[in-house]
Amino acid sequence: MIDRVINSRGFDNFDFRYIGLIFVILGIGVLSIYSVTHDQGVAFPFYAKQIVWIVLGTVAFLVMWLSDYHRIARLAYPAYAIILILLVVVLFEGKSSRGAQRWIPMGPFAFQPSEFAKLILILTLAHYYSETPRVGWLQRVVLPGLLVLPGLLLILKQPDLGSGLSFLAVYAAMLLMVGMRSKALGVILLFSLMLFPFAWEMMWGSLHDYQRQRIMSFVDPVYDPGGKGYHALQSRIAIGAGELTGKGLYGGTQSQLKFLPEGHTDFVFSVFAEEWGFLGVLALLLLFVGLIWLSLEIVARAKDQLGALLAVGIICMLCFCVVINIGMTAGMFPIVGIPLPLMSYGGSATIMTMASLGLLLNVKRRRLSFF
Amino acid sequence: MATAGLHDSELGELQRRLIILRVGLLLVVALLGLQLWYLQIREGPYYRDLSENNRTRSVIMEPARGLIYDRNGVLLANNVPSFTLYVSLEEVKDRDLLIDQLSNLLGLDAALVRNKLTARGNKQLPRKVKDRLTLREATLVESHRLDLPGVMVQVESQRNYPGGVTASHLLGYVGEVSPEQLEKPEFADLHQGSIVGQYGVEKFFDRLVRGQAGQKSIEVDAVGHEKRTVVVEQPHAGDNLYLTIDVRLQKVAENLLGEESGAIVALDPRTGDVLAMASRPGFDPNILSRELTPKQWAEIVQDEGRPLNNRASQGQYPPGSIFKVMMAAAALETKTVTPSTSIYCNGGYQFGRRVYHDWKAGGHGAVDLRHALVQSCDVYFYTVGQRMGIETIASFAHQFGLGEETGIELPSERVGIVPSEAWKQKAKNEAWLPGETVSASIGQGYVSVTPLQMASLIGTVANDGVTFRPRLVQAVMDRATGELQQRTAVPKRTLKLRPEILPLIKEALAGVVKEGTGTRAQSALVTIAGKTGTAQTMALRTGPKKDIPKKFRDHAWFVAFAPVEAPTIAVAVLAEHMGHGGSASAPLAKELIETYVKLDLPAPSGVTDGAVAREEDARGRDRDDRPGD
Repeated sequence: MIDRVINSRGFDNFDFRYIGLIFVILGIGVLSIYSVTHDQGVAFPFYAKQIVWIVLGTVAFLVMWLSDYHRIARLAYPAYAIILILLVVVLFEGKSSRGAQRWIPMGPFAFQPSEFAKLILILTLAHYYSETPRVGWLQRVVLPGLLVLPGLLLILKQPDLGSGLSFLAVYAAMLLMVGMRSKALGVILLFSLMLFPFAWEMMWGSLHDYQRQRIMSFVDPVYDPGGKGYHALQSRIAIGAGELTGKGLYGGTQSQLKFLPEGHTDFVFSVFAEEWGFLGVLALLLLFVGLIWLSLEIVARAKDQLGALLAVGIICMLCFCVVINIGMTAGMFPIVGIPLPLMSYGGSATIMTMASLGLLLNVKRRRLSFF
Repeated sequence: MATAGLHDSELGELQRRLIILRVGLLLVVALLGLQLWYLQIREGPYYRDLSENNRTRSVIMEPARGLIYDRNGVLLANNVPSFTLYVSLEEVKDRDLLIDQLSNLLGLDAALVRNKLTARGNKQLPRKVKDRLTLREATLVESHRLDLPGVMVQVESQRNYPGGVTASHLLGYVGEVSPEQLEKPEFADLHQGSIVGQYGVEKFFDRLVRGQAGQKSIEVDAVGHEKRTVVVEQPHAGDNLYLTIDVRLQKVAENLLGEESGAIVALDPRTGDVLAMASRPGFDPNILSRELTPKQWAEIVQDEGRPLNNRASQGQYPPGSIFKVMMAAAALETKTVTPSTSIYCNGGYQFGRRVYHDWKAGGHGAVDLRHALVQSCDVYFYTVGQRMGIETIASFAHQFGLGEETGIELPSERVGIVPSEAWKQKAKNEAWLPGETVSASIGQGYVSVTPLQMASLIGTVANDGVTFRPRLVQAVMDRATGELQQRTAVPKRTLKLRPEILPLIKEALAGVVKEGTGTRAQSALVTIAGKTGTAQTMALRTGPKKDIPKKFRDHAWFVAFAPVEAPTIAVAVLAEHMGHGGSASAPLAKELIETYVKLDLPAPSGVTDGAVAREEDARGRDRDDRPGD
């Protein structure tokens, strides 16, 4: 593999910047996790585990980077079938945590199929759109929609609102990007608007109590600091208290003194914002924007439809997660439980994100290898 | 790959549409940046404050109350360390669960705990749930600390009265400031759970004794573990009080009353210093300073003996024959009689269709003023009172301090009643009946006084007409500076009487003990002058007294001063339902005075010279008087 990289002149300055950005963000994540959990007093603390995930993620990254994405895409349907089975399995055999059943225990670790489902969905949709002549809205919208539906329902059943929304976002972004004609777009928008009250009703009715509370807490978190709005308020306090320059590493009292729950997972951004302030936050946003900008470059120069679609799907998923996560910690959206890519602690998410980024880079490498 | 070429045009379309993503991305990131700028820069200081409050927990450091000593420096009230249980409401996750846990762990009443936690007030300050935890209870709570978020045990100083019931009405007790009190301006700087004086000196001097609370900021994590103490604003202990009472005399006074209800007041007539002030039955201020359940409280309040009533300053009784001391002075001053005026007493006084009896059936025969006082002849004073009229009697009574506050530094002093035509019109909306003047002349009828007023009255006579405001606190020590501030005696009023009148009355009062109704107050140690009194509780003047249920029997009065030549102590004794003053109360006054003489207290500072001068003055007068006898 390695000689193939070298032979194909695959590793250039672009790749260096791209991989560099990824590892800088990963490093910031580990630092923030370390800051919150360094005094945990256990033999194998979160930051150490996260480093293990990053190592495993790097392997996934290399595999996805250095294989042929056409061959990977051909595995999309079987992979989607397998992940659907796993999503069914998790409903029965899964490990519960705080009212949601999302994990399949694997020895000392737990495997979260819904994270991998996102990447597999991207592969599936990209494969579908690149294989199928798209003549009418049936082929463009309804059929891929039917592909998305079983996975979405299974994920919502767990329930995992965050992954479910990511699923929908990927689908919507792909729809938008594969050259949907404006007329069809208008019809879709009209339909969505008409269906929205019913969809909302259905969704609201199927939400768990804690999910409803999370959404409600978005409306007025100051109402009851000890209760349902606790996460949102504590997170905003943490971010706001960082002010311009932050409180310094380990200086974040919100997270250090555990007022902010989940400081190492969903709210890692709040921890970072409290310790590094607005300047740190701007730098971090620039890093993310830079990574996505480079990724968009890959799409722009993609050789074929499949590669472009894969890249677009991955970028949209990344953007969606970054924006929703930061937005929810900053009090712009309800708390829906979406981890911050590359920074939040979590094995499945880290490995999946790195695999996705590897696949992205693969699209670029393929382009080069054709010449 | 074969299909890739088929959609090349679509690939181009897709790549053209990337602009949507680019613009969208920048737009969304700009929005995020704006929101973060808003949170961190614009509202940053506000959120920083919130985070500071989040991590620091304010803990009130209760000040130690000032100590209270008697005149010789014997400790009457101090503070002992004790464990207090607090709950920090902000940290409580599940209130119902916590209430359950606490009531199970400590055997507390769940409803009571709930009241404490849900009471109105500042939610950021910890709520006091229970004080005086035992060591076992405190350890129990500490060992369950992890299961009880927000619960903490603080070591605080707790009021303690080493003497128990001794001087309970004087000292009073302390308790948590009530919600009603908190709304008053004088308690503005206090908070729920603050300890304030609720009775006695503790209440009257609360502002001095209370001290000032400090505040501790403790950095805590979300689980409530204390990380470190950030800021300490030390509490300032309250000022120490030095009372005028001598606790030895106080104990004797209380023991003299024993199980009977009543009051004894001993004053130094030269300064108004309260040497002893006993009221029985008493209470244990240690118990009342604790938190009482409503049931315990009801028991105390509904006690027939009304132990919370300070009979010395709040008990109002008819003065009976004690009133004659004032009447005699009034009669001489108004020249209604001269010292030698003789009135015949046949045992009854006819007024209208009614006969007012003398206490002595058959009467005293012809009596002059001295004889009338010594033998406590009622007919003499019926006659004199009738001649003077109620308005004159009232005005002299007021001069002697009746019907008004003595001004003692205790809360809720009562003033008694000095009846007059205007008073009756106002109080009863009825016209004054001439016969009522007759009753009033011997201190019966509507007249009522407190034992403290009587002690002050006899003290005024002993002190040649100068009334001092009764004084309870002789010095205050400022805890901050260590400075001892003496409080001066305050003369309140001088009787407007011709100078020969009081010596005459004093001599007659000495005669009361020497040869009259008060012979049981005779002492081998010291010369005592006094006056007996019997306060009727109902209009029963005949019939065998033994058959009357005790609660309807008369109150026994005795007022006295000693030594006759240069008085240093004035005493009033009231024994409820004990019958005659001469038999029941006079011996008590004698014993108290003898105890006082044996104690041989140093003369109050600034008074010595005056006392000596007065003594010499008195001797001189004696010499002057003799040739006239």
